[in-house]
Amino acid sequence: MSPTIFLTLAIIAVVSAMFVVFAKNPVHSVLSLIVTFFSIAGLYLLMNAQFLFVVQIIVYAGAIMVLFLFVLMLLNLSADTEPQKSNRFRVIASASAGLLSLVFSAGMVIDATMGDRNVTNIQEIGLVKHLGKVLFTDYLVPFEISSILFLAGMVGAVLLGKRTPKESKS
Amino acid sequence: MNVDTTYLIIKSLMVLTIFGITLLIATYLTYFERKVAAFLQDRLGPDRAGPFGILQPLADAGKMFFKEDFIPQNSAKSLFILGPGIAMFTALLTGSIIPWGPQITLFGETFDFQIADINVGILFIVGVVSIGVYGIMIGGWASNNKYSLFGAIRASSQMISYELAMGLSIIAIVMMSGSLSLKDIVAQQHGMNWNVFYQPLGFIIFLISALAECNRAPFDLAECESELIGGYHTEYSSMKLGFFLFAEYINMFISCAIISSLYFGGYNYPFMDMVTDPTVQGLIGTAVLFGKIFFFIFLFMWIRWTLPRFRYDQLMHLGWKMLIPLALANMLATGAVILFNQ
Amino acid sequence: MEQNASYLPILIQAAIAIGFVGLVLVLTHILGPRRYSKKKVENFECGIESEGNARFPVSVKYFLTAILFVLIDVEVIFFYPYAVNFREMGVQGFLAVVMFVAFFLVGFIYIWKKGALEWEK
Repeated sequence: MSPTIFLTLAIIAVVSAMFVVFAKNPVHSVLSLIVTFFSIAGLYLLMNAQFLFVVQIIVYAGAIMVLFLFVLMLLNLSADTEPQKSNRFRVIASASAGLLSLVFSAGMVIDATMGDRNVTNIQEIGLVKHLGKVLFTDYLVPFEISSILFLAGMVGAVLLGKRTPKESKS
Repeated sequence: MNVDTTYLIIKSLMVLTIFGITLLIATYLTYFERKVAAFLQDRLGPDRAGPFGILQPLADAGKMFFKEDFIPQNSAKSLFILGPGIAMFTALLTGSIIPWGPQITLFGETFDFQIADINVGILFIVGVVSIGVYGIMIGGWASNNKYSLFGAIRASSQMISYELAMGLSIIAIVMMSGSLSLKDIVAQQHGMNWNVFYQPLGFIIFLISALAECNRAPFDLAECESELIGGYHTEYSSMKLGFFLFAEYINMFISCAIISSLYFGGYNYPFMDMVTDPTVQGLIGTAVLFGKIFFFIFLFMWIRWTLPRFRYDQLMHLGWKMLIPLALANMLATGAVILFNQ
Repeated sequence: MEQNASYLPILIQAAIAIGFVGLVLVLTHILGPRRYSKKKVENFECGIESEGNARFPVSVKYFLTAILFVLIDVEVIFFYPYAVNFREMGVQGFLAVVMFVAFFLVGFIYIWKKGALEWEK
């Protein structure tokens, strides 16, 4: 049963990801990206990564995409005000996308040649309890550093969103 | 994965049962709401369709089906249809992980009266709630109506703001129980050992957030008729409008079930050990749970017909400047007290 | 794989919910009457002639709220794995979380003092 579910989810993920790129309407793109995230969440579940499954739904599908949708819906995006992308822009975009896919496929090749990693107890590692234990013992320092990252994020958000009166006058 | 067919059949039947119960209760909550409003305002309320107007919700639902399925010309048509669909879908999804009763043994088989006991139960609810924003947002935006748009923006900003306080207040409960599974959380509140006695502040924060998440008065700025016509569902008609209204009542029912399970012991009741037969004990437990749910639904309605609406800045201040710091303090205080007593 | 089986009923529920939603939307489309009128298909904005459409930029406050929501939501998620292990972690784990919360509070006080949470103006 598992391979069938895996294949279904994988196909949904890939098809909706293609739709993200090819959809004319940006709101449709965002919605299909949400579908992609859901199918990826399902794939996490098949690997028994239950915490990752629910975090994928809460953070990616539920929070980040809400922000995307906010930006798309509430900024003026009528077709006539949208500047046409020049050819140079297209070349740069496809070149960087090509480089990215090169990096990913190289990573996959290296990963495949490395052989089996020494992973014990893989069934249990994705559960919240085990994840918490690892996070608060082995990875405590990165965890604390991430809070500084959040601090930086908040400062950045406020700087972007909130102009002081002096700046807005100019 | 070796899942036997009987397991799937039992679960499917259970899903259908709870689905039916949820829809029935949501339908009758509209009647209940009008009767409560009438009672609080010293009126009679609906009393024409059947005895005491008991058939009124069925007449309303039937009427909705036969109304014109209207789509405005300027709207984004596919999204306009998708909006209420998402709202209804997410509302229907949350019922699956609430333990409606303890384990009972019937005909030599044990049943959990819960559709899915998953390891991350309470987080799953938070996840589905966070998806619920899309229905209103897409519906309101797709209408291409300024009032709908403002209703949708207000509703989604409000919902995401109160989600934070809600998530933080749940953490204190998880610290006490050491589990995310709702089944474990409820089972630990055996008898009268309810969480509300240890987490009164957490309960109040959760209750306020739940009101705001359901877009219920006094937080119903998304559809305040005095300034926004009908809010995000101004342009909707027929069962698409019905879905938005229905989803609100289902969300209210489910939130009350979650409040009862998290803070008021779910199916547990005082002196439950005096009932010796586990089956009878379980059935009383389910009845007790529904009693608690209906008490909270009444509380929600009582609040709606008593309190005036917040202003938008007051609403945001309450969410960000009061509830989030309070929930954080509550979490740290819970941790400190438990560690001190250990 | 055993534990994944407990998620199957949710899949069933989701399938039934989608089926129900789709069925009702189709039914109500078929059952209702359809009468076209030029005024009716216009947007209803209190009966006043509609000016332009509802595709205009809104206050940046809402974006700021959404960005801060994403940030704080991720922080809240971090507390859950801790809360589950809270008793085993003891005082040491608690201090780690207090430090995390302290960093968060610095940011929170910053956005508060900067007026990002003000809505009156």
